[in-house]
Amino acid sequence: MDKEFFIYVLISCIKILIVFGVIQFMIISMIWIERKVMAHMQVRLGPMRVGPHGLLQPIADGIKLLFKEDIIPERADKLLFVLAPAMSLVPALITFAVIPFGDKVQIFGYSVDLVITDINIGFLYIFAVGSLGIYGIVMAGWASNNKYSLLGGIRASAQMISYELTLGISLIGVIMLTGSLSLVDIVNAQAKLWNIVLQPVGFFIYAISALAEVNRTPFDLPEAESELVAGYHTEYSSMKFAMFFMAEYANMITVSAIAVTFFLGGWQGPFLPPVAWFMIKLSCCLFCFIWLRSTYPRLRYDQLMHLGWKFLLPLSLLNILITGLVMVLKG
Amino acid sequence: MVQYLPILILLILAFGFAITNIVLSVLLGTQKPTPEKLTPYECGIDPVGSAHERFSVKFYLIAMLFVIFDIEVVFLYPWAVAFQSLKLFGFIEILIFVGIFLICYFYIWKRGGLEWE
Repeated sequence: MDKEFFIYVLISCIKILIVFGVIQFMIISMIWIERKVMAHMQVRLGPMRVGPHGLLQPIADGIKLLFKEDIIPERADKLLFVLAPAMSLVPALITFAVIPFGDKVQIFGYSVDLVITDINIGFLYIFAVGSLGIYGIVMAGWASNNKYSLLGGIRASAQMISYELTLGISLIGVIMLTGSLSLVDIVNAQAKLWNIVLQPVGFFIYAISALAEVNRTPFDLPEAESELVAGYHTEYSSMKFAMFFMAEYANMITVSAIAVTFFLGGWQGPFLPPVAWFMIKLSCCLFCFIWLRSTYPRLRYDQLMHLGWKFLLPLSLLNILITGLVMVLKG
Repeated sequence: MVQYLPILILLILAFGFAITNIVLSVLLGTQKPTPEKLTPYECGIDPVGSAHERFSVKFYLIAMLFVIFDIEVVFLYPWAVAFQSLKLFGFIEILIFVGIFLICYFYIWKRGGLEWE
């Protein structure tokens, strides 16, 4: 094994561990921030007891869930039931591999890209891996042997595949402007002007589709408490239940990071270091998730489907055509 | 192919994390199953019938439409990457492609394939 390869693997491992740790930390802090921000928007205090201002609440919740009884319902499909949470958490965690979070840096004479790996099909990788998460939800719904779970799982899959279409089409405008599927190239191309200025409609469609894709309010029908108890994770307890939540938060972080990379200039920005800019933009996107959750009521299922199929799909196609026309006219 | 190695490492790490979580909760949690605890939740009453019932045919329809449309979207990706060199030729080509797409789309719409009463 030659030295260069060994160093490449070593640097990759260090980057992976750091990114993995940061994502875990962000998931934990997002749970606290979401409860706190929503509480203050609803004029209450939120968690206050565990640690200063309830800061240790998510850790206490995690430890509590770890020691809870792990129930597998009778007549459930045991293998699928155990696999489902892993199947939804793993894709959520590995999508981050191609997202650049900073410029090249020099460490001990080695030039290190601040992205886990820069592959030339980064965009396809995100979509291929991102859609695998649906399997976890469908498996959970089917394996639980519970009517609510099944309905929640089917609803979730129909919703996610519907919005996956518009999610994919909304980003094509950016690909046309950049001429590359590599996320590093997409960020580099935005040095002068962010893509949100050139693709406002694309960003608008992406934002709505991403909300629906990660099952967040106002599109959280798969887990509509008033009709479906808890949807696909009704029968889950203990750490398996926590894993579905981790997957949801990891997905939120990923779609926000994609929004930052494709439309908001990635790590580009003046004065502050690139990583700081990336984190600031990411935090703003994540805050919008919470803000939207405490602002909007849940949609009805037929409204959700009409919005996706009858409004966003034609609009996203139109966006591509107009982008193409303008690019041809400008030469 | 060496760029894909970090993805493999990350995949192993994520799987390890998921499996550790499941195993830890089985090891640390108390296990006291009772027949009532193991029945599927149905708002407190005994479950009625099988849980794997038939569901609305519309979900199948959505799944089929997704497969058809998603294949068309896949064709758009290579086109988008090459668009800057294709110029006007590429634009006319995509007009025809999206035109066929839209004919199918409006046909499905008119036949009520996108309705949810």
